[in-house]
Amino acid sequence: MSGWYGGQRPITIAILAMGGEGGGVLADWIVSLGETNGYTVQSTSVAGVAQRTGTTVYYVELYPASEAERGKGTEPVLSVFPAPGEVDIVIASELMEAGRAVQRGFCTPDRTVLIASTSRVYTMAERMSPGDGRVDSNLLLAAAQSGSKRFIGADFEALARDTNSVISAALFGGLAGAEALPFDRIQFEDAVRRSNKGVDASLDAFALGFAAAGIPAPLSAVDDSSQPASSNSVRVAIGPRPAKTSAQLAAEADEHERVDLALNSPAQLVGPGLGNQADRVAAEFPAAARSMLLRGCERTAVYQDVDYVDRYLDRVTRVARVDPDAEDGAELTIEAARNVALWMCYQDTSHVALQKIRSERIERVRTEAKADPKQLIQVREYLHPQADEISDSLPVGLGRRLAKSKSFQRTVGKLTSKGLVVNTTSVVGYSMLWAMARMRPMRPRSFRWQREQAEIDSWLDLVVAAARDGDAPLACEIVECQRVRKGYGETYARGRESFAVLIDAARDLQGSEDAASVLAELSSTALTDEDGSALRAAIAASSRVSVPIR
Amino acid sequence: MAERSFASEVLKLRHGDGTVVSGEGILAVTKALLQSGVAYVGGYQGAPISHLMDVLGDAHEILEELDVYFENSASEATAAAMLAASVHYPIRGAVTFKSTVGLNVASDALANLSSGGVKGGALIILGEDYGEGSSIMQERSHAFAMKSQMWLMDPRPNMTAIVDAVEAGFELSEASNTPVMLELRLRSCHLHGSFVARDNVRPSMTVTDAIENPVRELSRVVLPPASFLHEQEKIDQRWPAAVEFIRERGLNEVFGEGKADVGIIVQGGLYNTANRAMELLGCSDPFGDTDVPVYVMNVAYPLIDSEIIDFCKTKRAVLMVEEGQPDYIEQNLNAILRRAGVACELHGKDMLAEVGEYTTSVVTHGLSTFLEQYLPESISGEPALLLADDHPNSPFVAKDSTSAVEPRPPGFCTGCPERPIFSALKLAERELGQHHVSADIGCHLFSINAPFDIGATTMGYGLGSAGAAALNSKKTDRQTIAIMGDGGFWHNGLTSGVGNAVFNDTDQLLVVVDNDYSAATGGQDLLSSGGENPIRSTKHSIEKAVRGVGVKWAKTVPNTYKVAELRDTFIDALTTKQPGPKVIIAQSECQLNRQRRVKPEFQEAVKAGKRVVRERFGVDAETCTGDHACVRISGCPSLTIKPNPDPMRTDPVATVTDDCVGCGVCGANAHAASLCPSFYRTDVIHNPDFTDRVRTSARSWLISRLSKTVEDRAAAFERQT
Repeated sequence: MSGWYGGQRPITIAILAMGGEGGGVLADWIVSLGETNGYTVQSTSVAGVAQRTGTTVYYVELYPASEAERGKGTEPVLSVFPAPGEVDIVIASELMEAGRAVQRGFCTPDRTVLIASTSRVYTMAERMSPGDGRVDSNLLLAAAQSGSKRFIGADFEALARDTNSVISAALFGGLAGAEALPFDRIQFEDAVRRSNKGVDASLDAFALGFAAAGIPAPLSAVDDSSQPASSNSVRVAIGPRPAKTSAQLAAEADEHERVDLALNSPAQLVGPGLGNQADRVAAEFPAAARSMLLRGCERTAVYQDVDYVDRYLDRVTRVARVDPDAEDGAELTIEAARNVALWMCYQDTSHVALQKIRSERIERVRTEAKADPKQLIQVREYLHPQADEISDSLPVGLGRRLAKSKSFQRTVGKLTSKGLVVNTTSVVGYSMLWAMARMRPMRPRSFRWQREQAEIDSWLDLVVAAARDGDAPLACEIVECQRVRKGYGETYARGRESFAVLIDAARDLQGSEDAASVLAELSSTALTDEDGSALRAAIAASSRVSVPIR
Repeated sequence: MAERSFASEVLKLRHGDGTVVSGEGILAVTKALLQSGVAYVGGYQGAPISHLMDVLGDAHEILEELDVYFENSASEATAAAMLAASVHYPIRGAVTFKSTVGLNVASDALANLSSGGVKGGALIILGEDYGEGSSIMQERSHAFAMKSQMWLMDPRPNMTAIVDAVEAGFELSEASNTPVMLELRLRSCHLHGSFVARDNVRPSMTVTDAIENPVRELSRVVLPPASFLHEQEKIDQRWPAAVEFIRERGLNEVFGEGKADVGIIVQGGLYNTANRAMELLGCSDPFGDTDVPVYVMNVAYPLIDSEIIDFCKTKRAVLMVEEGQPDYIEQNLNAILRRAGVACELHGKDMLAEVGEYTTSVVTHGLSTFLEQYLPESISGEPALLLADDHPNSPFVAKDSTSAVEPRPPGFCTGCPERPIFSALKLAERELGQHHVSADIGCHLFSINAPFDIGATTMGYGLGSAGAAALNSKKTDRQTIAIMGDGGFWHNGLTSGVGNAVFNDTDQLLVVVDNDYSAATGGQDLLSSGGENPIRSTKHSIEKAVRGVGVKWAKTVPNTYKVAELRDTFIDALTTKQPGPKVIIAQSECQLNRQRRVKPEFQEAVKAGKRVVRERFGVDAETCTGDHACVRISGCPSLTIKPNPDPMRTDPVATVTDDCVGCGVCGANAHAASLCPSFYRTDVIHNPDFTDRVRTSARSWLISRLSKTVEDRAAAFERQT
C-alpha cells in the first residue's frame, strides 16, 4: 500500500508559541536540520501584527529526499496547514498553548508527541482579575496528557533562564531528547551552530532540554474524565511521578518540619520574645491550627508589639471556642487565624516603610535584578501617599478633622500629585523610610486603627454568631470575606465597600439554608471586577438577599 | 531600519544559473523580479508582504548595480501610479502591497492604468491577507481584477511555481497590454523552500533611458474619446490576447487527466491543500499523482473558457475549490458551461464552506462530500478529522480540560510606548467621562482589547480622524477623540483627517502616535522617523506638518512614558475653549526596534568599561495586596502575576518578569493612577566610577547601622533559621 496510509507522508511538526518568543527561530533550526540531512523541508507561519504577543502557529513538513527522488524526480507537494489528527510532533512554549494544540485537534492521542513547557504565561484575563483569575494548570496538564501519544513536559522556560538563553533552545533540546525525529543529537546541535548566534548559551539550554526529555512529565491532579476511553489508540503508560525539583522538595520538607514543631516545640517557630504566646498557642488552640497561629503571632508582633499578639490570640480564641471541628481539621480556626492576622496587619504607611527597608527585601531585589554580589544597585520606590492615608495615620481627633477638611485634601493633593520617588539605597531615602517605620507606636492612636479594630470586632461577632447557630460553613465564609479588602487608595476604598455589602448579605443570609454557598458565590463575584458593580448587580438580582446598596 | 534585516539573505539574490536558492517566498519573488529584467520597483509595506519591501530595501546595492529603481511609496495609490512608467515605455515595473486593503487604496490609479493599458510589463504583487492571522476585513482581490479587467495570477504555493509566475506575469502583461496582479496568500509569503536560480537580467531600457527620451501617445491618456476606445480594446484585443498567451504557455495545469470521469478545479494557491485533502482520502500521493483529474487555475482571472470546456465535457461532475466569497469563479463557470451546453454537474460552495480560509480540514470535508456522491470507490482513507466531533477518535473530541484554554489575541509588546498613551487616556476619561473614540489601523488598535477597551470604530488606514468627522457638534462641550499612527498620518491622514478637520472646523482631539517607524508592518522608516536612513529623507516633523495645514492647537509630548503629563495634556486638549482640531503628537520610539538598537550598544559599553546603568522594575510581593489594578491600567506582558509567596495569603501577587526593559511605565502608572506603593525600580550600575564607590560606602555605613535596629527588633519575634 502506498500513499498517505502506506507511510508516504511527510513528518509534520506544529509549533505553538506567542509572538516574540522565538518560535520562528525554532522552526528555522528544524528547517536547517532537515535540509542538511537529506529532507525536503517546507515551513510556514503567520506573521505581522497578528503575531505581536498573541498565539502564533509555525508549521513545518519534512519529506525524505530519497523518497522524493523515487517520485519521478519531482518535488513533493507539501501543505501549508497542519491538519487536525495528522500532526506528528507538537511543540508548545507554554502550558496553555499545549492545551490549545489539543483543543484545535493538532495534538491527538493516537499520533502526536507533545513537547511542552509546563511553565505558564498568564493571559490578560488571568492577570486582570482582582482576585485569583488563574485557570487550573492541572486541567491543562490533563489535556496535554490525555491529548497526546507521548507527553514530554518540563519547565523549559526555567531551563532557558538558568542558562541565560531562550526557550526555543531548550525546546529544541527537548525535541532532540524526545527521539521523535530521525536525527541524532550531533545533527541537532549542528543546526544550532549553523545559526551562528548565541551558540554557546543555546547549546547549554539545549543540553538541559535534552536531559529533561528523559524525565517523566508532571502528572495532573485532576482526572480528565470526559475523555472517552481509548478504543484503538495505543496509549503509552504513564510512568511514575517525576522527581520533584529540589526547591519543591525543600519546601515540602520545611512544611513538614513546621507542622511537627508546631505540635511539639512551638516556641521554635517564633522568636525568643514570643515564648509566652507560643505556649499559649500550644495550650489553648486546636492542634491543626497551631502552625498558622504561630505565623500570625510573628506577623502581628513585628507589625506592632507583644500586646497586639495577645489581642490577636484573644480574637482567634473567640472563634476557636465555637469551632465544631476543633479536634480534627479545625478549618474555621485556621481560616480565622489567617484572616484575622492579615486584617490586623493592614497596610499603612509605617508598615510599608518597614517592608521596604528589611534587609531580606534588599537582597531579594538584588537577586532579581541579577546583580553580582559586589555590583552596585540602587532601588527607587514609587510612592503616592494620599490625603486620606495621611489623615488615617494621624491621631484620631486630628485625623477625623483633617479627613473632613477640603483645604487639607487640596494641599496634600497638590504636594503629592506627582508622586514621590524615594531612593531606598540613599542616605536620605533610607532614613526617611526608617523614621516612618519607627512611627509604629503612634499607630494605636490613629484614626484608621480605631476604625479597623472596630470593624474587626464586629466582623468576628458575626462569625461567632453564625458558628453558634450551628452554621460553621457560613462562619467560615464570613471569615474569608476579609479577602476582598485589598489594595490601596481607591481600590482599598472600593474593597471596603464590597466587604460591607458582603457582611450585610451575610447577616441577611444567617439562618437560611445553603447560606454559606450563596455568600461564597457573592464573595467571588466581588472579586471579578474593580468597581464592585458585578457584586451590586448580583445582589440586585438575588432573591436570597436584600441589602440596601449604598 | 526595518525590524528584520535581510542583509545576509539578499546575498542569495546574486546567485546565477543553476544554483539552488533556499529561503522565504518573498526572497524568491525578489529574485524572480531581477531575473525578469525589472526596471523599477515600489510598494507599501504591510503583512504579509512587508518583508518583500524589507528585502528590496536591504538589496538596494544589487538593485543599483542592475540599474533598477526602487522606492518606498507613500501609499498603495502612489505605488500603483508608479506603474504609469510602463504605459509608454517598454520597461518592466513591479509594485507590491497588502491586499485587499492595498487594492482599495490603489484602485483609482489601477483603474486608470488598466484603462489605457501598458506597453512594458506591469506586475502588482499582492499579499492576500485572508484567513487565520489576517488583520483586515475579509474580502477578495478577485473583485478588483474583474472590475478593471486586470489579470490575476494565483500560483501554487511552491517556490518554483512562484518564481515562474513572476516571470510569466510580465510576459502576460506585455502580450495583452494589461497590468497583471500576482496573489500570494499569507502563508505563501512566509513559505520556506527552495528553487533553482537563473541569472539576473539588466533591464534593456532603464528609467534613466525613459527620462531622457520622453514619449507621449494621446490615445493612452484616460479622457474621452480615448477612454471609450480603451473599453473596446479591453474586450476586443487585450482579453483575447491574454487568453491566447495563457493557453499557449500552459499557465494553467491539468493533473491526472483521464483517470476518472469526475474532476476538481482549484485555484493555484489552494492546490497543495487540495492535494493533501486527496492524500488523506487516499486518492493522491505526495507527488500529486492523483486518481481524480485536477485542473489548476494558476491564472484565476480571466477564466479560459476553452480549457474549462475541455476539462468538463468529459466529466460527469466537477467540484470548484474557490476560497472566499462571493463565488465569482463558480458563477463564471456556470455561465461558461451553460453557454457551451456542457452537461457536467458543477459543485462548489454547496459542498465547501461558504466563508473562511480553506484549510486542509475544510477542503477535506468538501472533497469527501463530493467524492462520496460521485466517485465513492476513489476514497480509501478515513482521516480522523472527518469523524463527528463526539466520536472518541475525533481530534476535536470535547475534553473538559481544554475548556480552560483562553484566547490569546495579539497586544502591545513589552515596554511598548503606545501602552502609556492609552493608560493616560483611560485616566483622563476617568476624570472627564467617556468619549467617542475613533481608532485607526496600526499597533495602537490593540487598545480596543483589554485592559484598555478604548476605540469604537476603525475605518481604514489613516482614517482615524475622518472616522469621527460626522460627530462634530457646536451644541456640546464634549469633543470626540481620534487616534492615528505616524504611518497612517503620512499615508493619507494629514489630508483626509487633519486637513479635513481644519477646513470643517471639527472639534476633535487627534492623537498621533509617533513611534518613529511604521511599526505594525515591521518597523520601516517614515518621513518622521528619527534615525538617519542612507537612502531616504527622514526627520520631518509631524507637528510642523499639522501646523502647516492650519492646526492652531498642537502639542508634541516627547516622552509617552510620562503618563501623568500625557493625561494632563489630554485633559487640557479636551477642555480647551479653542475651536477646531487639537492635535497631540505622542512621541516615543517603538520598543521592539529600540531594543534591537540599544541592546548591542549596551553590551559593548559594558565590555568597554564605560559606566552604564541597567534599569528594571519590580513589585514587592509583601506590599502587593494582589488586587492587580496595575495590570488593568497597563497590560504589559512583563507585568504579570505569580503565586503568593506568603503562606498566609492565597491570591496571586503582581510580579515583573526578566523581560522588563525598564521603560518606566509601571512607575509612571503607580503615580498617575495612585496605585499601590509596591513598585520599585532597580538600577544596576555597571563599571561604577569613583563617585559611585564613595557614595556607596558612605551609604552602606549608615544603612547598616539603621538596619541593625530594625532587624534586631524583628529577630525577637521572628523564627530564626
